[in-house]
Amino acid sequence: MSKVRLLVGTRKGAFVLTSDGRREKWDVSGPHFAGWEIYHVKGSPVDPDRLYASQSSGWFGQIIQRSNDGGKTWEQAGNKFLYDGVPGTHQWYDGTPHPWEFKRVWHLEPSLTDVEGVYAGAEDAALFQSADGGQSWQELSGLRGHGSGPHWQPGAGGMCLHTVILDPSDPKRIYIAISAAGAFRTDDGGKTWKPINHGLRSQGIPDPDAEVGHCVHHIAMHPSRPGVLFMQKHWDVMRSDNAGDSWQEVSGNLPTDFGFAIDVHAHEPETIYVVPIKSDSEHYPLDGKLRVYRSKSGGNEWEALTQGLPQKDCYVNVLRDAMSVDSLDSCGVYFGTTGGQVYGSSDAGDSWTPIVRDLPAVLSVEVQTLA
Amino acid sequence: MIRVELPAHLRTLAGVKGEVTLDVARPVTQRSVLDALEAKYPMLEGTIREHGTLKRRAFLRFFACEEDLSHESPDALLPEAVAAGKEPLLVVGAVAGG
Repeated sequence: MSKVRLLVGTRKGAFVLTSDGRREKWDVSGPHFAGWEIYHVKGSPVDPDRLYASQSSGWFGQIIQRSNDGGKTWEQAGNKFLYDGVPGTHQWYDGTPHPWEFKRVWHLEPSLTDVEGVYAGAEDAALFQSADGGQSWQELSGLRGHGSGPHWQPGAGGMCLHTVILDPSDPKRIYIAISAAGAFRTDDGGKTWKPINHGLRSQGIPDPDAEVGHCVHHIAMHPSRPGVLFMQKHWDVMRSDNAGDSWQEVSGNLPTDFGFAIDVHAHEPETIYVVPIKSDSEHYPLDGKLRVYRSKSGGNEWEALTQGLPQKDCYVNVLRDAMSVDSLDSCGVYFGTTGGQVYGSSDAGDSWTPIVRDLPAVLSVEVQTLA
Repeated sequence: MIRVELPAHLRTLAGVKGEVTLDVARPVTQRSVLDALEAKYPMLEGTIREHGTLKRRAFLRFFACEEDLSHESPDALLPEAVAAGKEPLLVVGAVAGG
Protein backbone atom coordinates (compact mmCIF):
# COMPACT_ATOMS: atom_id res chain seq x y z
CA MET A 1 0.00 0.00 0.00
CA SER A 2 1.18 3.52 -0.68
CA LYS A 3 2.60 5.65 2.09
CA VAL A 4 2.74 9.36 2.59
CA ARG A 5 5.56 11.14 4.34
CA LEU A 6 5.33 14.79 5.37
CA LEU A 7 8.55 16.68 5.94
CA VAL A 8 7.82 19.56 8.27
CA GLY A 9 10.27 22.36 9.02
CA THR A 10 9.60 24.50 12.09
CA ARG A 11 11.17 27.28 14.11
CA LYS A 12 12.55 24.72 16.55
CA GLY A 13 13.29 21.56 14.62
CA ALA A 14 12.12 19.20 11.90
CA PHE A 15 9.36 16.62 12.12
CA VAL A 16 8.59 13.67 9.88
CA LEU A 17 4.94 12.58 9.78
CA THR A 18 4.07 9.29 8.11
CA SER A 19 0.85 7.54 7.26
CA ASP A 20 -0.41 4.83 4.98
CA GLY A 21 -2.43 5.69 1.91
CA ARG A 22 -5.62 6.11 3.91
CA ARG A 23 -4.03 9.12 5.59
CA GLU A 24 -6.03 8.67 8.77
CA LYS A 25 -3.42 7.72 11.36
CA TRP A 26 -0.06 9.43 11.51
CA ASP A 27 3.22 8.67 13.22
CA VAL A 28 5.21 11.69 14.33
CA SER A 29 8.99 11.57 14.45
CA GLY A 30 11.01 14.44 15.86
CA PRO A 31 12.08 16.97 16.72
CA HIS A 32 15.14 16.46 14.60
CA PHE A 33 17.77 19.18 15.10
CA ALA A 34 15.90 20.38 18.18
CA GLY A 35 16.13 24.07 18.84
CA TRP A 36 17.29 25.01 15.33
CA GLU A 37 15.26 26.76 12.66
CA ILE A 38 14.47 24.32 9.88
CA TYR A 39 13.44 26.42 6.94
CA HIS A 40 12.98 23.52 4.55
CA VAL A 41 13.23 19.75 4.19
CA LYS A 42 12.78 18.07 0.82
CA GLY A 43 13.29 14.62 -0.64
CA SER A 44 14.92 13.63 -3.89
CA PRO A 45 12.49 12.48 -6.59
CA VAL A 46 15.21 10.06 -7.71
CA ASP A 47 15.58 8.37 -4.33
CA PRO A 48 12.87 9.42 -1.88
CA ASP A 49 14.92 8.23 1.07
CA ARG A 50 17.49 10.91 0.27
CA LEU A 51 16.38 14.00 2.14
CA TYR A 52 17.99 17.40 2.43
CA ALA A 53 17.33 19.78 5.33
CA SER A 54 18.27 23.40 5.87
CA GLN A 55 19.15 23.92 9.53
CA SER A 56 20.06 27.41 10.68
CA SER A 57 20.47 29.61 13.69
CA GLY A 58 21.21 33.24 14.31
CA TRP A 59 24.00 32.13 16.60
CA PHE A 60 25.68 29.38 14.63
CA GLY A 61 24.78 30.05 11.01
CA GLN A 62 23.84 27.57 8.32
CA ILE A 63 24.04 23.78 8.41
CA ILE A 64 22.88 21.41 5.68
CA GLN A 65 21.78 17.96 6.77
CA ARG A 66 21.27 14.92 4.58
CA SER A 67 19.50 11.64 5.22
CA ASN A 68 19.75 8.40 3.27
CA ASP A 69 16.97 6.59 5.11
CA GLY A 70 13.98 8.87 4.88
CA GLY A 71 14.84 10.92 7.94
CA LYS A 72 15.63 8.20 10.46
CA THR A 73 19.28 9.23 10.61
CA TRP A 74 21.08 12.30 9.34
CA GLU A 75 24.59 13.34 8.41
CA GLN A 76 25.98 16.83 8.11
CA ALA A 77 26.77 17.97 4.58
CA GLY A 78 28.66 21.09 3.51
CA ASN A 79 27.76 24.59 4.64
CA LYS A 80 30.26 26.70 2.74
CA PHE A 81 28.06 29.11 0.82
CA LEU A 82 30.36 31.73 -0.65
CA TYR A 83 29.19 34.25 -3.20
CA ASP A 84 31.07 34.13 -6.46
CA GLY A 85 33.55 37.00 -6.69
CA VAL A 86 32.93 40.31 -4.96
CA PRO A 87 29.25 40.20 -4.06
CA GLY A 88 28.63 43.94 -4.23
CA THR A 89 25.56 45.65 -2.87
CA HIS A 90 21.79 45.54 -3.09
CA GLN A 91 19.37 48.14 -1.77
CA TRP A 92 18.56 48.26 1.90
CA TYR A 93 15.02 49.00 3.10
CA ASP A 94 15.68 52.74 2.88
CA GLY A 95 17.14 52.50 -0.61
CA THR A 96 20.78 52.86 0.43
CA PRO A 97 23.38 50.35 -0.84
CA HIS A 98 23.87 47.38 1.48
CA PRO A 99 26.50 44.67 1.11
CA TRP A 100 25.36 41.21 0.09
CA GLU A 101 25.64 38.95 3.16
CA PHE A 102 24.83 35.26 3.33
CA LYS A 103 22.32 34.52 6.10
CA ARG A 104 20.56 31.22 5.47
CA VAL A 105 19.10 28.76 2.99
CA TRP A 106 15.34 29.13 2.59
CA HIS A 107 14.67 26.39 0.07
CA LEU A 108 16.36 23.20 -1.09
CA GLU A 109 15.33 21.78 -4.46
CA PRO A 110 16.73 18.33 -5.26
CA SER A 111 17.50 17.53 -8.89
CA LEU A 112 14.83 15.68 -10.87
CA THR A 113 17.40 13.30 -12.34
CA ASP A 114 20.47 13.09 -10.10
CA VAL A 115 20.27 12.03 -6.47
CA GLU A 116 23.45 13.97 -5.71
CA GLY A 117 22.21 17.16 -7.36
CA VAL A 118 20.48 19.83 -5.31
CA TYR A 119 19.86 23.57 -5.51
CA ALA A 120 19.74 25.97 -2.56
CA GLY A 121 17.92 29.29 -2.53
CA ALA A 122 19.63 31.67 -0.14
CA GLU A 123 19.23 34.92 1.75
CA ASP A 124 20.74 37.34 0.71
CA ALA A 125 19.31 36.26 -2.59
CA ALA A 126 21.39 33.83 -4.60
CA LEU A 127 21.04 30.38 -6.07
CA PHE A 128 23.63 27.75 -5.19
CA GLN A 129 24.09 24.32 -6.75
CA SER A 130 25.67 21.14 -5.45
CA ALA A 131 26.56 18.11 -7.58
CA ASP A 132 27.86 16.02 -4.69
CA GLY A 133 24.93 15.63 -2.36
CA GLY A 134 25.39 18.96 -0.65
CA GLN A 135 29.03 18.52 0.27
CA SER A 136 30.15 21.50 -1.79
CA TRP A 137 28.22 24.44 -3.20
CA GLN A 138 28.79 26.77 -6.13
CA GLU A 139 26.81 29.91 -6.79
CA LEU A 140 25.01 30.24 -10.12
CA SER A 141 26.14 33.82 -10.16
CA GLY A 142 24.62 34.76 -13.48
CA LEU A 143 21.46 35.48 -11.50
CA ARG A 144 22.99 38.16 -9.32
CA GLY A 145 25.01 39.23 -12.33
CA HIS A 146 21.89 39.85 -14.36
CA GLY A 147 22.48 43.54 -13.81
CA SER A 148 19.46 44.39 -11.72
CA GLY A 149 20.98 43.04 -8.49
CA PRO A 150 22.01 46.45 -7.13
CA HIS A 151 18.32 47.45 -7.30
CA TRP A 152 16.93 44.44 -5.43
CA GLN A 153 15.48 45.13 -2.01
CA PRO A 154 14.57 42.84 0.88
CA GLY A 155 11.01 42.08 1.84
CA ALA A 156 10.01 42.13 5.48
CA GLY A 157 11.40 38.61 5.92
CA GLY A 158 14.74 39.42 4.33
CA MET A 159 16.00 39.34 0.76
CA CYS A 160 15.42 35.67 0.25
CA LEU A 161 15.43 33.42 -2.78
CA HIS A 162 12.59 31.20 -1.62
CA THR A 163 11.24 29.43 -4.69
CA VAL A 164 13.11 27.11 -7.05
CA ILE A 165 11.14 25.24 -9.74
CA LEU A 166 12.81 22.81 -12.11
CA ASP A 167 11.15 22.24 -15.47
CA PRO A 168 10.70 18.48 -15.92
CA SER A 169 10.55 18.87 -19.70
CA ASP A 170 13.67 20.97 -20.06
CA PRO A 171 16.65 20.38 -17.77
CA LYS A 172 18.10 23.77 -18.62
CA ARG A 173 15.04 25.75 -17.55
CA ILE A 174 14.72 26.87 -13.92
CA TYR A 175 12.36 29.38 -12.35
CA ILE A 176 13.20 31.18 -9.14
CA ALA A 177 11.56 33.91 -7.08
CA ILE A 178 13.00 36.47 -4.72
CA SER A 179 11.36 38.73 -2.18
CA ALA A 180 11.29 41.51 -3.16
CA ALA A 181 12.96 41.39 -6.54
CA GLY A 182 10.51 39.19 -8.40
CA ALA A 183 10.61 36.10 -10.58
CA PHE A 184 13.45 35.07 -12.88
CA ARG A 185 13.99 32.30 -15.43
CA THR A 186 17.02 30.70 -16.95
CA ASP A 187 16.89 28.68 -20.16
CA ASP A 188 20.56 27.71 -20.16
CA GLY A 189 20.97 25.86 -16.89
CA GLY A 190 21.66 28.92 -14.79
CA LYS A 191 24.27 30.78 -16.81
CA THR A 192 21.99 33.65 -17.74
CA TRP A 193 18.68 34.80 -16.30
CA LYS A 194 15.86 37.11 -17.28
CA PRO A 195 13.31 38.76 -15.04
CA ILE A 196 9.82 37.46 -15.77
CA ASN A 197 7.63 40.06 -14.09
CA HIS A 198 5.72 41.58 -16.99
CA GLY A 199 2.12 42.06 -15.90
CA LEU A 200 2.85 42.30 -12.19
CA ARG A 201 1.73 45.51 -10.53
CA SER A 202 2.93 46.36 -7.05
CA GLN A 203 1.82 49.44 -5.18
CA GLY A 204 4.46 50.73 -2.80
CA ILE A 205 7.34 50.72 -5.24
CA PRO A 206 8.22 53.81 -7.25
CA ASP A 207 7.24 52.24 -10.58
CA PRO A 208 4.39 49.75 -10.04
CA ASP A 209 5.22 48.02 -13.35
CA ALA A 210 8.97 47.88 -12.84
CA GLU A 211 11.04 45.07 -14.32
CA VAL A 212 12.20 44.09 -10.83
CA GLY A 213 11.13 45.02 -7.31
CA HIS A 214 8.00 42.89 -6.93
CA CYS A 215 7.44 40.92 -3.76
CA VAL A 216 6.65 37.51 -5.19
CA HIS A 217 5.70 35.22 -2.32
CA HIS A 218 5.55 31.87 -4.06
CA ILE A 219 5.09 30.18 -7.44
CA ALA A 220 3.64 26.76 -8.23
CA MET A 221 3.68 24.66 -11.38
CA HIS A 222 2.03 21.41 -12.39
CA PRO A 223 4.68 19.08 -13.83
CA SER A 224 2.50 18.15 -16.81
CA ARG A 225 2.31 21.80 -17.90
CA PRO A 226 5.64 23.37 -17.10
CA GLY A 227 4.85 26.55 -19.02
CA VAL A 228 1.87 27.38 -16.82
CA LEU A 229 2.76 29.07 -13.56
CA PHE A 230 0.63 30.25 -10.67
CA MET A 231 1.89 32.96 -8.35
CA GLN A 232 0.89 34.29 -4.96
CA LYS A 233 2.31 37.77 -4.93
CA HIS A 234 2.40 39.99 -1.85
CA TRP A 235 -1.00 41.17 -3.06
CA ASP A 236 -2.59 39.48 -6.10
CA VAL A 237 -2.81 35.92 -7.31
CA MET A 238 -1.41 35.68 -10.83
CA ARG A 239 -1.02 33.15 -13.63
CA SER A 240 1.21 32.87 -16.65
CA ASP A 241 0.58 30.64 -19.64
CA ASN A 242 3.88 31.40 -21.34
CA ALA A 243 6.56 30.40 -18.85
CA GLY A 244 6.43 33.70 -17.04
CA ASP A 245 6.83 35.98 -20.04
CA SER A 246 3.60 37.68 -19.00
CA TRP A 247 1.20 37.41 -16.10
CA GLN A 248 -2.53 37.99 -15.63
CA GLU A 249 -4.28 38.53 -12.35
CA VAL A 250 -6.65 35.71 -11.34
CA SER A 251 -7.57 36.88 -7.83
CA GLY A 252 -11.22 36.99 -8.91
CA ASN A 253 -13.61 36.62 -5.99
CA LEU A 254 -11.03 35.97 -3.27
CA PRO A 255 -11.95 37.85 -0.10
CA THR A 256 -8.36 39.13 0.07
CA ASP A 257 -5.63 38.38 -2.42
CA PHE A 258 -2.76 38.75 0.02
CA GLY A 259 -1.15 35.49 1.06
CA PHE A 260 1.93 33.35 0.92
CA ALA A 261 1.21 29.74 -0.07
CA ILE A 262 -0.04 28.48 -3.42
CA ASP A 263 -0.11 25.00 -4.88
CA VAL A 264 -1.60 22.92 -7.70
CA HIS A 265 -3.67 19.74 -7.47
CA ALA A 266 -1.61 16.67 -8.36
CA HIS A 267 -3.96 15.45 -11.12
CA GLU A 268 -5.91 18.55 -12.15
CA PRO A 269 -3.56 21.20 -13.49
CA GLU A 270 -6.26 23.87 -13.40
CA THR A 271 -7.12 23.26 -9.74
CA ILE A 272 -5.15 25.53 -7.46
CA TYR A 273 -5.12 26.36 -3.75
CA VAL A 274 -4.31 29.50 -1.80
CA VAL A 275 -4.79 30.59 1.80
CA PRO A 276 -5.95 34.23 1.80
CA ILE A 277 -4.44 36.34 4.57
CA LYS A 278 -5.98 39.60 5.71
CA SER A 279 -3.15 42.00 4.94
CA ASP A 280 0.57 42.54 4.85
CA SER A 281 0.62 44.02 8.33
CA GLU A 282 -1.81 41.65 10.01
CA HIS A 283 -0.69 38.30 8.62
CA TYR A 284 -3.67 36.29 9.80
CA PRO A 285 -6.84 35.01 8.15
CA LEU A 286 -9.73 37.35 7.48
CA ASP A 287 -12.36 37.41 10.24
CA GLY A 288 -10.43 34.83 12.28
CA LYS A 289 -11.60 32.07 9.88
CA LEU A 290 -8.96 29.75 8.47
CA ARG A 291 -10.08 29.09 4.92
CA VAL A 292 -8.30 27.47 2.03
CA TYR A 293 -9.59 28.71 -1.29
CA ARG A 294 -9.71 26.41 -4.29
CA SER A 295 -10.16 27.32 -7.90
CA LYS A 296 -10.97 24.56 -10.38
CA SER A 297 -10.66 26.94 -13.30
CA GLY A 298 -7.09 28.06 -12.91
CA GLY A 299 -8.11 31.16 -11.00
CA ASN A 300 -10.77 33.88 -10.94
CA GLU A 301 -13.56 31.64 -9.57
CA TRP A 302 -12.72 30.53 -6.06
CA GLU A 303 -14.56 28.52 -3.41
CA ALA A 304 -13.88 28.54 0.29
CA LEU A 305 -12.89 25.21 1.86
CA THR A 306 -13.73 25.31 5.54
CA GLN A 307 -14.82 21.86 6.69
CA GLY A 308 -12.61 20.86 9.59
CA LEU A 309 -10.79 24.17 9.76
CA PRO A 310 -11.32 26.64 12.64
CA GLN A 311 -13.96 29.19 11.69
CA LYS A 312 -13.56 31.55 14.60
CA ASP A 313 -10.75 33.07 16.65
CA CYS A 314 -8.01 31.77 14.37
CA TYR A 315 -5.08 34.13 13.88
CA VAL A 316 -2.31 31.98 12.45
CA ASN A 317 -0.43 32.45 9.22
CA VAL A 318 0.47 29.94 6.51
CA LEU A 319 3.93 30.65 5.16
CA ARG A 320 5.05 30.35 1.55
CA ASP A 321 6.61 26.89 1.63
CA ALA A 322 4.10 25.43 4.07
CA MET A 323 1.65 23.88 1.59
CA SER A 324 2.09 20.74 -0.46
CA VAL A 325 0.11 18.03 -2.26
CA ASP A 326 0.53 14.28 -2.49
CA SER A 327 -0.06 12.31 -5.68
CA LEU A 328 -2.44 9.61 -4.47
CA ASP A 329 -5.59 9.02 -6.50
CA SER A 330 -7.60 11.30 -4.29
CA CYS A 331 -5.15 14.15 -4.06
CA GLY A 332 -4.01 14.97 -0.54
CA VAL A 333 -3.42 18.60 0.37
CA TYR A 334 -1.46 19.66 3.45
CA PHE A 335 -0.47 22.90 5.08
CA GLY A 336 1.19 24.03 8.28
CA THR A 337 0.56 27.14 10.33
CA THR A 338 2.55 29.50 12.47
CA GLY A 339 0.42 28.20 15.34
CA GLY A 340 2.02 24.78 14.98
CA GLN A 341 -0.85 22.92 13.35
CA VAL A 342 -0.45 20.75 10.28
CA TYR A 343 -3.76 20.18 8.53
CA GLY A 344 -4.34 17.48 5.96
CA SER A 345 -7.08 16.76 3.47
CA SER A 346 -7.35 13.40 1.74
CA ASP A 347 -10.17 14.58 -0.54
CA ALA A 348 -8.53 17.41 -2.43
CA GLY A 349 -9.51 20.01 0.13
CA ASP A 350 -13.20 19.20 0.68
CA SER A 351 -12.53 18.37 4.33
CA TRP A 352 -9.59 18.84 6.67
CA THR A 353 -8.20 17.20 9.78
CA PRO A 354 -5.42 18.41 12.05
CA ILE A 355 -2.59 15.87 11.85
CA VAL A 356 -0.72 17.60 14.67
CA ARG A 357 -1.77 20.65 16.63
CA ASP A 358 1.09 21.74 18.79
CA LEU A 359 4.34 21.89 16.86
CA PRO A 360 6.54 24.99 16.88
CA ALA A 361 5.65 27.53 14.20
CA VAL A 362 5.65 25.71 10.87
CA LEU A 363 7.94 27.13 8.19
CA SER A 364 7.59 24.47 5.51
CA VAL A 365 5.68 21.34 4.55
CA GLU A 366 6.71 18.97 1.80
CA VAL A 367 4.99 15.71 0.91
CA GLN A 368 6.43 12.50 -0.43
CA THR A 369 4.13 9.89 -1.92
CA LEU A 370 5.88 6.55 -1.47
CA ALA A 371 5.12 3.32 -3.26
CA MET B 1 46.46 20.35 25.96
CA ILE B 2 44.01 23.20 25.33
CA ARG B 3 40.53 22.99 26.78
CA VAL B 4 37.55 24.50 24.95
CA GLU B 5 34.00 24.68 26.22
CA LEU B 6 31.37 24.86 23.49
CA PRO B 7 27.70 25.83 23.58
CA ALA B 8 25.29 22.89 23.75
CA HIS B 9 24.21 23.08 20.10
CA LEU B 10 27.81 22.93 18.92
CA ARG B 11 28.56 20.00 21.23
CA THR B 12 25.63 18.21 19.60
CA LEU B 13 26.95 18.96 16.11
CA ALA B 14 30.42 17.78 17.06
CA GLY B 15 29.07 14.72 18.85
CA VAL B 16 30.93 15.48 22.09
CA LYS B 17 30.00 15.82 25.72
CA GLY B 18 31.72 18.17 28.10
CA GLU B 19 34.89 20.04 27.21
CA VAL B 20 36.86 19.49 24.04
CA THR B 21 40.62 19.06 24.32
CA LEU B 22 43.03 20.00 21.56
CA ASP B 23 46.72 19.77 20.88
CA VAL B 24 47.84 23.26 19.90
CA ALA B 25 51.46 24.30 19.47
CA ARG B 26 52.55 27.56 21.02
CA PRO B 27 52.00 30.42 20.51
CA VAL B 28 48.40 29.74 21.52
CA THR B 29 45.99 32.27 20.02
CA GLN B 30 42.28 32.39 19.19
CA ARG B 31 43.18 31.62 15.61
CA SER B 32 45.39 28.62 16.39
CA VAL B 33 42.84 27.17 18.81
CA LEU B 34 39.91 27.62 16.40
CA ASP B 35 41.99 26.24 13.52
CA ALA B 36 42.72 23.15 15.63
CA LEU B 37 39.12 22.87 16.73
CA GLU B 38 37.85 22.97 13.14
CA ALA B 39 40.52 20.53 12.00
CA LYS B 40 39.43 18.00 14.63
CA TYR B 41 35.71 18.74 14.22
CA PRO B 42 35.18 19.92 10.63
CA MET B 43 31.43 19.97 11.18
CA LEU B 44 31.99 23.13 13.21
CA GLU B 45 33.42 25.08 10.28
CA GLY B 46 31.32 28.15 9.70
CA THR B 47 29.49 27.88 13.01
CA ILE B 48 31.89 29.93 15.17
CA ARG B 49 33.72 31.86 12.48
CA GLU B 50 32.08 32.84 9.23
CA HIS B 51 33.28 31.08 6.12
CA GLY B 52 35.51 33.24 3.98
CA THR B 53 36.14 36.13 6.35
CA LEU B 54 36.80 33.92 9.41
CA LYS B 55 35.19 36.65 11.51
CA ARG B 56 33.64 35.65 14.82
CA ARG B 57 29.91 35.18 14.34
CA ALA B 58 28.07 38.15 15.76
CA PHE B 59 26.11 36.31 18.47
CA LEU B 60 29.12 34.44 19.87
CA ARG B 61 31.66 35.63 22.44
CA PHE B 62 34.98 34.27 23.68
CA PHE B 63 35.79 34.30 27.38
CA ALA B 64 38.63 32.91 29.49
CA CYS B 65 39.86 33.54 33.02
CA GLU B 66 36.83 35.79 33.60
CA GLU B 67 37.91 38.07 30.76
CA ASP B 68 36.01 38.92 27.58
CA LEU B 69 38.39 38.15 24.74
CA SER B 70 35.83 38.61 21.97
CA HIS B 71 37.36 41.78 20.64
CA GLU B 72 41.00 40.77 20.94
CA SER B 73 42.97 40.20 17.78
CA PRO B 74 42.68 36.58 16.58
CA ASP B 75 46.46 36.49 16.72
CA ALA B 76 46.82 37.84 20.25
CA LEU B 77 48.15 35.38 22.79
CA LEU B 78 45.50 33.74 24.93
CA PRO B 79 46.03 33.89 28.70
CA GLU B 80 48.81 31.63 29.95
CA ALA B 81 46.30 29.64 32.01
CA VAL B 82 44.51 28.68 28.76
CA ALA B 83 47.78 27.88 26.98
CA ALA B 84 48.78 25.70 29.93
CA GLY B 85 45.44 23.89 29.97
CA LYS B 86 44.53 25.11 33.44
CA GLU B 87 41.53 27.13 32.24
CA PRO B 88 39.18 26.53 29.27
CA LEU B 89 38.51 28.92 26.43
CA LEU B 90 34.77 29.49 26.60
CA VAL B 91 32.75 29.89 23.40
CA VAL B 92 29.54 31.46 24.61
CA GLY B 93 26.33 32.19 22.74
CA ALA B 94 24.72 35.56 23.37
CA VAL B 95 21.94 35.28 25.90
CA ALA B 96 18.86 36.14 23.94
CA GLY B 97 15.39 34.86 23.41
CA GLY B 98 14.22 32.93 20.42
